Amino acid sequence: MASGMLIKDGSSELRMFMGRARLLFAGALVLTLVLVVRMLHLQVLQHEHYQTRSEENRMQMVPVPPVRGLIFDRRGNLLAENRPIFNLALIRERIEDLDGLIEALAAVTPISEEEIKDFQDRLKRTRRPFEPVVLKFALTDEEVAALAVNRHRFLGAEINVEIVRHYPYGALAAHAIGSVRRITKEDLDAVDRARYSGTNFIGKRGIERFYEHSLHGEVGTQWVETDAFGRVRRTLDVNPTVVGRNLRLHLDIDLQAVADEALGDRRGAVVAIDPNSGGVLALVSKPSYDPNVFVTGIDAKHYRALLGSRDKPLVNRAINGQYAPGSTIKPILGLAGLTHGVVDWEEEIVDRGWFRLPGQSRLYRDWNWTPTNPGGQGIVNLNRAIYRSSNIFFYTLGHRLEANQLAGFIRQFGYGEVTSVDIDGAAAGLVPDPAWKRGAKGEPWYPGDNVNIGIGQGDLLVTPLQAAAAASTLANRGKRVRPRLLLASDQPLLDDDLAPLPAVAGPSADDWELMVDAMEDVVHRGDMGYQQNGTAWYHIGQDIGYRMAGKSGTAQVVEIKQGQEYDEEELDEYNKKHAWFIAFAPADAPAIAVSVLVENGGGGSSVAAPVVRQVLDAYLSEAPPAPAEPDEQLVSR
Amino acid sequence: MSEPQFVRSLPQHSGLVVPAGLRRLHLDPILWVLLITVILYGLIMLYSAVERDMDIVGGQIARLCLALVLMAMAAQVHPARYLRWAPGLYAVGVTLLIAVLVVGVTVKGSQRWLELPGVARFQPSELMKIALPLMIAWYFHDRPLPPTFKDLLIVAALIGLPVVLIVLEPDLGTGILALAGGLTVVFLAGLSWRWMLYGSLAVVAMAPALWFALQPYQQQRILTLFDPEKDPLGAGWNIIQSTTALGSGGLLGKGLHDGTQSQLKFLPESHTDFIVAVIGEELGFAGVVALLILYVLIVARGLIIAAQSKDTFGRLAASSLTMVFFVYLFANIAMVAGLLPVVGLPLPLVSYGGTSAITLLLGFGIIMSIHSHRS
Repeated sequence: MASGMLIKDGSSELRMFMGRARLLFAGALVLTLVLVVRMLHLQVLQHEHYQTRSEENRMQMVPVPPVRGLIFDRRGNLLAENRPIFNLALIRERIEDLDGLIEALAAVTPISEEEIKDFQDRLKRTRRPFEPVVLKFALTDEEVAALAVNRHRFLGAEINVEIVRHYPYGALAAHAIGSVRRITKEDLDAVDRARYSGTNFIGKRGIERFYEHSLHGEVGTQWVETDAFGRVRRTLDVNPTVVGRNLRLHLDIDLQAVADEALGDRRGAVVAIDPNSGGVLALVSKPSYDPNVFVTGIDAKHYRALLGSRDKPLVNRAINGQYAPGSTIKPILGLAGLTHGVVDWEEEIVDRGWFRLPGQSRLYRDWNWTPTNPGGQGIVNLNRAIYRSSNIFFYTLGHRLEANQLAGFIRQFGYGEVTSVDIDGAAAGLVPDPAWKRGAKGEPWYPGDNVNIGIGQGDLLVTPLQAAAAASTLANRGKRVRPRLLLASDQPLLDDDLAPLPAVAGPSADDWELMVDAMEDVVHRGDMGYQQNGTAWYHIGQDIGYRMAGKSGTAQVVEIKQGQEYDEEELDEYNKKHAWFIAFAPADAPAIAVSVLVENGGGGSSVAAPVVRQVLDAYLSEAPPAPAEPDEQLVSR
Repeated sequence: MSEPQFVRSLPQHSGLVVPAGLRRLHLDPILWVLLITVILYGLIMLYSAVERDMDIVGGQIARLCLALVLMAMAAQVHPARYLRWAPGLYAVGVTLLIAVLVVGVTVKGSQRWLELPGVARFQPSELMKIALPLMIAWYFHDRPLPPTFKDLLIVAALIGLPVVLIVLEPDLGTGILALAGGLTVVFLAGLSWRWMLYGSLAVVAMAPALWFALQPYQQQRILTLFDPEKDPLGAGWNIIQSTTALGSGGLLGKGLHDGTQSQLKFLPESHTDFIVAVIGEELGFAGVVALLILYVLIVARGLIIAAQSKDTFGRLAASSLTMVFFVYLFANIAMVAGLLPVVGLPLPLVSYGGTSAITLLLGFGIIMSIHSHRS
C-alpha cells in the first residue's frame, strides 16, 4: 500500500476528487430537484385530477332494486307477494377450477346442462368483480341443507337470498293477474336501463305487465367503497328505493274460484263484470298454468310442452280467445231492428225451421233442425224469438237491415274494439262490414252475410271479455262501462284514465225493458211445454231465487254443408260447437254481468248456463265486499 | 493534506462534539441520527401500508435491528481490512452470481435467490452492491489517477462481469444499480471528459441493439412509461395507481391510514417497492419532500466523509457506496412517480424487506469505519 502511494500525486488527485465529488453531489441535487418538481406537478398542480381519479377508483354505485308492489283482490286477499328464495351462486374470482367445482356441486344438488349454459351466459355479462353469479335458482330446503353441510368443499360457492314474486293462488289467478319473468337482455333494451339496474324481474303478462311502471317502484342507489378486488368495504351513502305501488283489484278471488270450479276441466272462459263500475270480478281462462314456474325459471322442455299443448294453457281465452258469438248476439240485433224500424214488438213471423233468401236455393236452418224433423217454432215475435232463440226470426231481421246498420249497432256494444282500461293484450274481435270484407277478403258483401250475422255467425268474432261487457251494457240499459281490473292503489298511479264510453244510442227505455224481460224469459219462463219454455229454464231456471236475464249461444266451429246432419257423435272433439251464455242479475238492479264460453262444449243453455248460474249464485248470496282495511290507505281511482 | 475548499463550503460539522464513547464505537452520530430517522419514518409508513399488521411491522423491526447491529459491527472493522478483503469479496460475489444462475431459486420469474441451508434465502446481487464499489476502489487505490486506458479496460471488465451476470438473472434494475456504483468510482477516480463523451456516444449508438436485447416484458415496461393508459388494467396499472396515489395526496396528504389507494389495495406493492406512493398519498407533498431532505442529508454526509478521508480507497469507497444509495432511492422514487420504467427496486431503508436494508446499512457501516478510523 505504501509503495503504491509513492508514485501517486496526492494533492492533485485530491483536488480532482473534490471537483468530481462536488459535481456528483450537484448532480444528485439536480436529480432530487427533478423528483421534487415531478411531485409538485403530480401532487399540487394535478392534484384535482388525481383526486377525482382516486375517488372513482374506490367509489362504486350499486343499484338497489325496489320492492315490487303487492297485488290484492277486492277483499284484501294477497294475489301477488314477494318472498325469498335461495340461489346457489358462484364468485368467479374465488374459483380456480370452475368446471371441477360445478361437477362437485352437481354431485350434491342436480344441475342441468341448461343451468350451466345459462350460468356461462350470465358470467359473460358485465358485472362488478366478486359479484356472485347464480348457477341454480330456487334451491329446495334439502338442497340448501346438503350444500351447507359440504360448504368447506365448495370454496367460491355461496347460497344467496333473492326476493322473488310469488303467486299464492297459482294457476287460479294466472290469467287474471299475469306474471313476471326474469328480465332478459331484450327486456332491458326496451326499458330505461337506469330504472331497471338491479331489477331481476319484469311484468310480462296481465296486470303485472300493464301496471309494470307503477308496480316496479324506483331503483335506489348505494355508494359503496370497494377495494381493488371489488369487495365492498363499507357503505358511504344510500339513496333509498321507492317501493312499488300496491294495487287492489276488482277481482274477487273467491268468485274466481267458484267460476274456475264450475268450468271444471273444460276448456273455456268465464268473465264477470260489475256493470256499475266495469270492475272485472272474475277472469277465468282454462286450462291455466302455474305462473310461479316462470318466476324461478322454467326449463325449455316444460316451456315447449306448455306452448305446444293442443289445449293451449298459455292462451288467455277470456281476452284473446275470439269466437263467433252465436245467438248471444240476438238481443243486440233485436234492439238494432227496433232502432232502425225494421221490426217492432208486435210483428209475428212464421218459423218453419228454415229461411231462404229471395231467388236463392240455399236454406238457412234453425238450431233445432234435424233431417227427420224440420223443426220450426211456429208463430214468433221478437220476445219469443229471444227466449226460444229463433234463428228464422233473426235471419229475417238480419236480411232486413243494411250491412252497415248491423255492424254499426253491434259496435256500439264494444265489439270490434278494445274498450277495457287495463287488461293487457285484450283482443279487439271482428265486426265485419262491406268495407272490411273488400279489404280483407277481396270479396263483395253478399246478402247471405247479413243472414249469417243475424245469428252471430259468419265472420263476427268476439272475446268472452267483450261478451261480458256487452252483457253489462244490456244490464245497464245502454249505459256503458269500461272493463277494468284495478280498483285502487295506495299511491296515485301515473297512468291516465280513459274517456268514458258513450251510451248505446237508439233503443227507447221501453225497448230496453222489454228486451231485458225477454232475456229473463230465457231463464225463468218455464213449465209451459217445450215450445213455450225459455231455452235455459230447464237447465238453470227451475229453482232460481233471483231474477236473471240471460241469453244462450252456440257457435259453430266447422261449417255444416247443405243437407248434412250435424252429428255430435261423429265430430271430432275439437270441432264441436262452442257453448256460450251471457247473463246479468238481478235483472232490475244488476250487480253482476257474466259471460261464459265453453270451447267445443255443445249447447249454450245446457253447458254454459249452469256455469253462469253458479257464478251468479255465489256472488249474489255473498255479503257485499268488505271495505278496504284502514291501514292499507288505498285511494280510489 | 490540506483541508480542501469544498469541505469548508459544506455545513460545518466539525464543531459537533462527539462523545468519546461513540468515538470509541466508531459510530458517526450524524449518519446514525439521519439513518434512524429515515428508518422510523419508514416503519410508521409500513405500519399504515400493511393496515396495522403488527406481525409484519414486528418482523421488519427485527430485521432492521439486525441490520443496525451489522452496521455497528462493520464500523468496527478497520478500512485497511476492507481494502484487503475487497478482491476476495468480489470473487465470492461473482462466484455466487454464477451459482445463482446454475442452482438459484426462481421467484416471480427471476432467478435471483440462493437457498442456503440453515440460513435464509440470499440474493448474491445484493452483496455485489457493496463488493463492486470496494473492488473498483481497491483497483484504483495504489494507481496514479486519472486512470490510464489500460486501467479503464480492466475496470470495465471488473464492472461488466457482475453486471452482466445480474442482468442475466434477469434483474435489470439491480444490474443498472451495480453498474452505476462502479461507474461512480471511475468517475471519481478522474475518468477524462473525453472518455465520458465517447462512452455516452457508444451507449446512444448501441441503444437500438440494447432495446432488442431486452426481454419483452422489459420493453413493455418502458413503453408503458410513455402511455400507461394504453393498458390501464394490465401493464399500466401499477403506474396509474401509483401516480393516482401520489397526486390524490395533494400538499398535505389524506392522513396516516386514510390513503384510499393504498388501504383499498389499488396501489400494488404498497408496502414494498411502491411505499413512497403511500407516503405521498397519506402525508402529501410535504411528506415526500421531508423524506427527500433526509435522503439528501444522508448523501451529503456520506460525501463529506469521503472528502475527509485520508486515502484514495476511503474516498472512492465511501463516495461510491453513498452514490449507490442515492441511485437506489432516486430510481425507486422516479419509478413510482412515473419517470422511470418499473423495475424491482425497494425504497432504501423504508420498503419492507430485509436484504436491501442489510446491504445498505453494511455499506454505511463501512462508510462510518472509513470516517472513524481516519486518524
